[in-house]
Amino acid sequence: MNKIFEIPLYPYARHPDQDATTPVQHKVIIIGAGPVGLAAAIDLAQRDVPVLVLDDNDRVSFGSRAICFSKRTLEILDRLGCGDVNVETGVTWNTGRVFFNEREIYTFNLLPEEGHKRPAFINLQQYYFEQFLFERVQQLVEEGKPIEIRGRNRVEAIGAHPDHVRLEIETPEGPYELHAEWLIACDGANSPTRRMMGLDFVGRVFEDNFLIADVIMKADFPTERWFWFDPPFNRGQSALLHRQPDNVWRIDLQLGWDIDREAEKRPERVIPRLKAMLGEDVEFDLEWVSIYTFQCRRMERFRHGRVIFAGDAAHQVSPFGARGANSGLQDVDNLCWKLAMVLEGQAPVRLLDSYDWERVYGADENILNSTRSTDFITPKSEMSQIFRDAVLDLAARHEFARPLVNSGRLSVPCVYDDGPLNTDDISNTLPARTRPGAPVEDAPLGEGWLIDALGEGFTLLAIDTACPQDVTLEGVALTTLSVGAKDNPLLGARYLGAQPHAVYLVRPDQHIAARWAEYNEEAVSASLKRATARA
Amino acid sequence: MPELKLKTNLRDPDSFYANLLAMHDGLSKAESDALNARLILILANHIGDEQVLARALHLAAEAAPDQSAH
Repeated sequence: MNKIFEIPLYPYARHPDQDATTPVQHKVIIIGAGPVGLAAAIDLAQRDVPVLVLDDNDRVSFGSRAICFSKRTLEILDRLGCGDVNVETGVTWNTGRVFFNEREIYTFNLLPEEGHKRPAFINLQQYYFEQFLFERVQQLVEEGKPIEIRGRNRVEAIGAHPDHVRLEIETPEGPYELHAEWLIACDGANSPTRRMMGLDFVGRVFEDNFLIADVIMKADFPTERWFWFDPPFNRGQSALLHRQPDNVWRIDLQLGWDIDREAEKRPERVIPRLKAMLGEDVEFDLEWVSIYTFQCRRMERFRHGRVIFAGDAAHQVSPFGARGANSGLQDVDNLCWKLAMVLEGQAPVRLLDSYDWERVYGADENILNSTRSTDFITPKSEMSQIFRDAVLDLAARHEFARPLVNSGRLSVPCVYDDGPLNTDDISNTLPARTRPGAPVEDAPLGEGWLIDALGEGFTLLAIDTACPQDVTLEGVALTTLSVGAKDNPLLGARYLGAQPHAVYLVRPDQHIAARWAEYNEEAVSASLKRATARA
Repeated sequence: MPELKLKTNLRDPDSFYANLLAMHDGLSKAESDALNARLILILANHIGDEQVLARALHLAAEAAPDQSAH
């Protein structure tokens, strides 16, 4: 059977645009059909914004790559209409085990709190993730939504102009030109767009190599994340074992800096390493082997005129913490409703500056966390090694030291505290977790979930207080969701705390913009203006 | 708000000091370094207060012998 990453899903086909005498102008062009580019295309098309995706390839990516998808990503996928297939195919896990030297030192549970539709994490090969997004794109095409992917269309040059972006595109049948009102660059950590525009990408390089091997084996390891510090089978280094669907296991071995990268990738080097880890008798096949080094860095700004960067093209982190693809999906979530409002004339262009503010803030948080994990996992000085080992020795015996163990701080959604679109929280008596800037906290609602009941645009969530139904304020149509805390106690706990009633203004990306004790048209209008950069 | 104590707080300084050194008896440099690190982590957790710890870190760094003054 052919693997999905071997099949051309969107083969090159000649388009009439290639025969046009003057370059055809598109509303939005996205470069890159990876997880971030495809998600952005779906989000925009669902908002009836015409979108064209250009990809230099014609199939999903090879190898498992990103494998841990967070609860927030799954909630975004629900909004994009493909949450279920990802969760059904993925492996759900909650338990992590930490080993030091020859012994297990402790076990942790990500403790998924009761009352959320989606689990804390699923593991899923990136090629499945991309396949399901692609299938969603096809579904939208069939529904007549304005979305198109062109395979083997490689962008060779970019001209940024005040009112449009010009693209020179190379295809198997020669070059052609297109114009875009807006360009979203989702072309990965080595972003050719960034290079063609001569933009910075500064940060910290970590001098270390990691071997990733995906092995197919029928083993009775449990569905858990196992992390080793200084194990006997990889002395002085770290190791990670994680389960994916189809009996594929991700193994990640730190190799150090001074190695022969090509030699280390050869099966005769890889297989003995894996046998030492898994046991001599375990039978396995290698599906994919790769060696990577990493950097923690970001662009200074994510928006450059009409060119907007998202995902790894804009920011790069170490893999510890699953903060790469998950943060890219949060970029998409943040950007697409804003771009749609700007294109529809409902908001000024400066609304897009809040994308820059909020996602730079998110990137800095991710870089901080992943840098700290990396410093713990791979100590860079004698003293950092001494303290790291001291923490691990204490953690085996004492609970207090376990929070200091850092084998990756797993991705949680960013709270845009002090963000430019937030309305100051006058009532500080409502729960902190649902403060302005935070993403909505899911909760059971009737037979379903709060996360599924929110509108595609702005939503007014009214709990135990009167609120007009589906009003239009400041030219923006609001969906009203009126609920009772008595019938939905977890929702009450998360949104009211000890207060009797409240009204929340929720943005289209399901982040909270403002909240009050009760509905007041003037206050809601002012917050709506602020949340759309018109205040 | 708790403050870092900088007045004498040990009831029997000599015996504490003796116990501290006795722990290191017979240890290699690496073993001693590891012991000190564990001790710092245990004490830091006991203190807990971020401001007190920040002040302690600062004072410890500040009290390093001044290389140029000799």
